[in-house]
Amino acid sequence: MDTQLPIEVRWHGRGGQGVVTASRILASAALKGGYYLQSLPDFGAERSGAPIAAYTRISETPPIDRGPVYEPDAVIVLDASLIGQVDVETGLTPAGTIIVNTDDPNAPALRRLKLTVGQQLWTVDASQIAVSLIKRNVPNTPILGVFARSVPVLDIDTMSHALEELMSETFPPPIVKANLKALQLGHDNAVKVEVAANV
Amino acid sequence: MTTTQKSGSGIKPPSPQAINGGEAVAYAMRQIDPEVVAAYPITPQTFIIEKFSEYVADGLVNTEYINVESEHAAMSACVGATAAGGRSQTATSGPGLALMYEMLWVASGMRLPVVMHLCSRSFSAPLNILCDHSDVMGMRESSWPMLIGASPQEAYDQAVVMPTIAENKEVMLPSANVLDGFTVTHSVERVEVLPDEVVKAFAGEYEPDIWALEPGSTATFGTLDANDFYFEHKRQQVEAMKNSLEIIRTQLNAVGEITGRPMNLIEEYLLDDAEIGLVVLGSSEGMVRAAINEAREAGIKVGMLRIRLFRPFPVADVRKALEGIGAVGVLDRAIAFGTPGNSLLQDLATATRTMPNRPLLMDFVYGLGGRATPKFQFREAIGHVLKMNESQVEPEEPGYLGLK
Repeated sequence: MDTQLPIEVRWHGRGGQGVVTASRILASAALKGGYYLQSLPDFGAERSGAPIAAYTRISETPPIDRGPVYEPDAVIVLDASLIGQVDVETGLTPAGTIIVNTDDPNAPALRRLKLTVGQQLWTVDASQIAVSLIKRNVPNTPILGVFARSVPVLDIDTMSHALEELMSETFPPPIVKANLKALQLGHDNAVKVEVAANV
Repeated sequence: MTTTQKSGSGIKPPSPQAINGGEAVAYAMRQIDPEVVAAYPITPQTFIIEKFSEYVADGLVNTEYINVESEHAAMSACVGATAAGGRSQTATSGPGLALMYEMLWVASGMRLPVVMHLCSRSFSAPLNILCDHSDVMGMRESSWPMLIGASPQEAYDQAVVMPTIAENKEVMLPSANVLDGFTVTHSVERVEVLPDEVVKAFAGEYEPDIWALEPGSTATFGTLDANDFYFEHKRQQVEAMKNSLEIIRTQLNAVGEITGRPMNLIEEYLLDDAEIGLVVLGSSEGMVRAAINEAREAGIKVGMLRIRLFRPFPVADVRKALEGIGAVGVLDRAIAFGTPGNSLLQDLATATRTMPNRPLLMDFVYGLGGRATPKFQFREAIGHVLKMNESQVEPEEPGYLGLK
C-alpha cells in the first residue's frame, strides 16, 4: 500500500443509497488497517433521494479537521445523475481519483466532469451489482470494492472484514454475505477510463 | 488495551473502536449503568439515546429508561430519581435544553448530581439543527459544572469522569458533559474504551448522604424557601461551584492516569513562547491548531488556549496561561445579543481584568448554525490579533469569521 497519508475522501449520493454507511465502513477498514480515521456525514436535509455528502479521512495521526473535505484525494459518486447538479469534482487533487457508479464507461455525463490529466476516473455498474446480489439499489458496497482497487491504501480483505463486522450488527447473515460478494464484484468489474487532456 | 467483552451481544469488540461521539458517550453510560436515564430524542443527541436504548433492550444495563414526553419531563424525572437516591443521566441538544431550562436550576438548587450530555446545537429560529454554542451559553449561569470536549475520545473520557465530579460530597451539583453537535456526535473516529470493570470501579456507586426514599428519612427536597433562606442557599451554591474546580482537576488527573490520555482544566498549545494567542472552546480547536502551525511557519509567535472546564471558569489557570501574552483573540461560537461582548469574551475580560499586564482582547464570532470555519479564516483571525498587538488598540466590535 503506497498511498501518501493522510487521504481525504468525499462521497456524493442521494439519501437512501448508503453513503453514510459506506463512509463508515471505509473508516472502520482504516481502523483495521491501523490508521486514525474519521467518517463525517454532511447533514442538510435528510430526505430520501436528496443529494447528500459524507467525508472520510484516513491518517497516521489523530484528525484535526472536523469540517467538510474541500480538497479530496478521492471522490465517490454513487449516483451519476448528480453530475451537473452538484460540482462533485470540485477541489479534487491533481493526482486524485474519482469513482462513478454508472452502467456506461462512455456515458455523456462523465464527459461533463472537469478533470485534468493525472487524475484517475473509474467507473463501475454498482447499481446493477447491488440489484442482482442484494435485490436493492444500494450501490455503496460495490463501490467500496472499486475504492480498494483504485486507491492503494486499504486492501480488499481489510475492507471485507470491516464490512462484515459493521453490517453484522444490523443485518442478517445472508444480506451481509451478499454485500461481501458485491464488494468483491465491484472490485473485479471496475473500469479505468482514460482522462484526456480536453475532457 | 483489550477487553473481555464478546461481540454479537450488542457490545462492540475490544478497543480501539471506530465509533462516533454519541456512541462513545452511550458506551460509557452502559459501563456506568445509571439507575435512571430519562431522555427525549433530539438531533444531534439522537445517537446517544438510540444506542443506549439498544443496551436497555438487550438487557445489558439495569437502567430504568424513561422515554419521557419532553425535555422538561426528562430533567424532572432525573431530579426525582436522584432525590430518591438513584444515579440518573440524560442527554439533549439546543431547543431541548431550552425546554429543560427551568429544571436545570431545580436540579442544581436541590444539589442533585444529575449528569447531562449536552450535544451543542443552535437555537431556532430560523430552524437549524447544527452546532454552535448558543445552548452552552444558555445554561452557563445555572450552577452546573460544564466540561467541553473536542473529540469523540474526549466525549467518552469525560463521560466516564462526570459522575465522580457531580457526586463528590464537596460538590453535589448536576454536571454537564458538552460535545459539539455533529462535529463530535456524528464524527466516527478511533476511540479507545476502557474495560467495563475499570469504569465501574472508577465511577463507583452513588451514595448520597440524604435521600428522600430512605426508610425513616425525613428529607424534603425543593420546599418553599421564600425570603428566609433562599439567599443563603444560593450563597452555598457559590461555594459548591468553587469547590468543584479542584475536585474536577483531581478527577481529570485520575481518569487520565487510567487512560493514559491526560485531561486538564485548560489545554495549551504553543503558548510558552507565544506573543499572541487564540482562545477556543470545543471541537474547532483542531483547525485552530492547524492555523497556528501555518502562522508559526510564517514566523508569528502564536499559541492556543482551549478551555475544557467552562464552568466553574478556571480563572487562575487562564490567567497563568495568558501571562506574558500581548494580545488574544477570543473565539465565540454564539452571540450574546445586546451585551457589551459575547460570552467567552466577557469571561476572558473579567478573568484578566486585574492582571498587571493583561492581554489585549478582541472577539471573533464564528461557526454559527454549523457554518464550517476553514483554516484560512482562523489564520485571518491570527492576522487581526497580530495587528491589534502592534497598534495596541482593542476593537469595540467583534469580527465575524466566514460571514457572507
